[in-house]
Amino acid sequence: MAKAAKNNTSKLKFDTINYAPAPESKSSAKIEAQYDLFINGKFEKPSSKKYFDTINPATEEKLSSVADANAADVDKAVKAARTAYDKVWSKMPAKERAKYIYRIARMIQERAREFAVIETLDGGKPIRESRDIDVPLVANHFFYYAGWADKLEYAFPNRSPKSLGVAGQIIPWNFPLLMAAWKIAPALATGNTVVLKPAETTPLTALKLAEIIQESDLPPGVVNIITGAGATGAAIVNHPDINKIAFTGSTEVGKLIQRAVAGTDKKVTLELGGKAANIIFEDAPIDQAVEGIINGIYFNQGHVCCAGSRLFVQESVYKEVMRKLKDRIATLIVGDPMDKNTDVGAINSKQQLETIHKYINIGKKEGLEIFESSCALPKKGFFCRPTLFTNVAQSSRIAQEEIFGPVLAIQTFRTDDEVIEKANNTPFGLSAGVWTDKGSKIFNLTTKLRAGVIWANTYNKFDPTSPFGGYKESGFGREGGLHGLGAYLNV
Amino acid sequence: MGALLQIPDFKHTPTIDHIGVEERASRFTKRSIKAETKVNGLKLTLNMIDLTTLEGKDTDGKVKQLCYKAAHLHDAYPGLPTVAAVCVYPSMVAVAKKALEGTGVNVASVATAFPSGQAPRDVKIRDTKFAVSNGADEVDMVISRGKFLQGEYNFVFDEIAAIKEVCGKARLKVILETGELVTYDKVRRASDIAMYAGADFIKTSTGKIQPAATMPVTLVMLEAIRDFYYKTGKMIAMKPAGGISKSKAALHYLVMLQETLGEAWMNNEWFRFGASSLANDVLMQLEKERTGVYQSANYFSVD
Repeated sequence: MAKAAKNNTSKLKFDTINYAPAPESKSSAKIEAQYDLFINGKFEKPSSKKYFDTINPATEEKLSSVADANAADVDKAVKAARTAYDKVWSKMPAKERAKYIYRIARMIQERAREFAVIETLDGGKPIRESRDIDVPLVANHFFYYAGWADKLEYAFPNRSPKSLGVAGQIIPWNFPLLMAAWKIAPALATGNTVVLKPAETTPLTALKLAEIIQESDLPPGVVNIITGAGATGAAIVNHPDINKIAFTGSTEVGKLIQRAVAGTDKKVTLELGGKAANIIFEDAPIDQAVEGIINGIYFNQGHVCCAGSRLFVQESVYKEVMRKLKDRIATLIVGDPMDKNTDVGAINSKQQLETIHKYINIGKKEGLEIFESSCALPKKGFFCRPTLFTNVAQSSRIAQEEIFGPVLAIQTFRTDDEVIEKANNTPFGLSAGVWTDKGSKIFNLTTKLRAGVIWANTYNKFDPTSPFGGYKESGFGREGGLHGLGAYLNV
Repeated sequence: MGALLQIPDFKHTPTIDHIGVEERASRFTKRSIKAETKVNGLKLTLNMIDLTTLEGKDTDGKVKQLCYKAAHLHDAYPGLPTVAAVCVYPSMVAVAKKALEGTGVNVASVATAFPSGQAPRDVKIRDTKFAVSNGADEVDMVISRGKFLQGEYNFVFDEIAAIKEVCGKARLKVILETGELVTYDKVRRASDIAMYAGADFIKTSTGKIQPAATMPVTLVMLEAIRDFYYKTGKMIAMKPAGGISKSKAALHYLVMLQETLGEAWMNNEWFRFGASSLANDVLMQLEKERTGVYQSANYFSVD
């Protein structure tokens, strides 16, 4: 703006943002010293006799030890699920099935605070997110699919939909309880029984869910929850009496699963990695777009498969967006996930923190410009500052590979066609974001972007009624909505 | 200074996504303000209040009583700040000025045919001159919303500039009356017009129209102030007015201010609450923090 430009160095100062601690109480969360396997409606000791620890990534303190299921335990769980399917669940009138699912949903709501606290303790995500996002969505998922249970004929008219049988479900550590809900709710609504394995770093909320399922009087064996690491997952995938595998996790493991089930008649849905393009056009509502960038990449410490990890900014607004983005990052509060004011919590595990650091070093070696939040980090626990790289090229590894952490790769573009080409130039295709004030531009991009979920003028919004899933190496099959029912039915 | 601002085309002011801005505003309300942060925030709130009486039935007596309260909010609690200003009609400025002498509390006067603004420009100018010559330290003008909604942005701009000219040393607050502008896009446009035309403050509402100040509207205006600061290096002050009557809401506004514009704005030179009933709720909360128990409303004066 004319001569006033000399003042452009004026900086906003956010150094003094320092709220008194506001920790959520842990008293509502009852965590046992040891958890067994939930098989056939009971908690049973593992035949492996082995247990492993699960820790709080924010303090590195042990929370509990959890059974390590071996192939014999998996077999027991599958048998329980098969018996429950044959004798009870597949024969039960659909509206009776629905009542159980509604009951589970209500019990989750009643114990929402406990779930939120344990989710945060075990996984490191801020209590604000587990309280306001994860747990309410979990209850909503059960409510939504409970409603479908006795309406499947209407969901698929003239197709007489039939349940599949036993579903083996393997879920990741980034949204432990929410992913359990995404898996269990549609499976039960469609009349299948379940063997579910939570991730080894975040098993506690799934085990708490097992307690609720027990209290809900759901017939024994309909839902079995067993804990363990990769070997346990492999035993589920390879079990001959499983009809359907539903997996959410890394592309690498997704490929292993795909190989393992080749030649069997198991149905599969895979929800894998992503490297989403979040695209800011010059006519976007810039302040809200900046907020969308923050929600896109720093939500849940960037441990989000659909994270907006590649930011594309139109060159004409690049300076403005960068200035606002940096000011916004300066206000993010990183630290104790149990504090209600924390925006960015702990990285889920030491291993994941090392992966993120590896990529940050790659970015530095590639000669990219790095910007980090200047916030102080706690001395203990696994933490990473919100980070971004600028001047990133399409050929940079930072722009190509999934980092799964709070690291943003920023590229610029000039025209619509250019950004569509760049956005699609990736092996992944899970999600994308488009920011513009112009409706026709939104529709042009949404038809051309090869991604399963595209958000317009928002980012990382989830709803049980909306299908979610990927293109290309982001997997196949859809979860959520009407589409999510189809994945558990023969139609 | 002396550098001329390049005036933008107000037909092309930045757009606002209403869902995004409302979400962002609600996020500030999730901050949990406790302990010393709360006490400091409450005291700062008191110090940012423009204690207001804008009624047809205002009298010298009423204004004098309000002025006493402005400087003596609650003497039972030692060390409390005064409010920032007392806001009255022009006819009451002289009374307020005398009553507030030596207290450090400013006199703010509404002007320009407040609250409707439906008067010829020369009347508005005389109204403003009258307030200033009677000693008003601050002038709260209203924009011509009718002209604004007709798209006559130059008219609105020129009017603000004309009023600013006769304000002299008095700081000019420009009331947008956001409840009549309705959309965030229009709030943003009016904010830009006011700032480029010379406003020292931009202010949401007269208090006579519903809705008055809301958090999303205030956020849109704070972001307009931020953009203006980015472009010119010049700070503009903000005053949400009407509808903020509870301490908790005031603290949320302060969180929003701090996280949008930063620490430089966290004082009564750059932020005000236009409110009449907020002060007593803040006092009640401060006493609660000090003594651990809530006191009856009877212990707080109702001026």
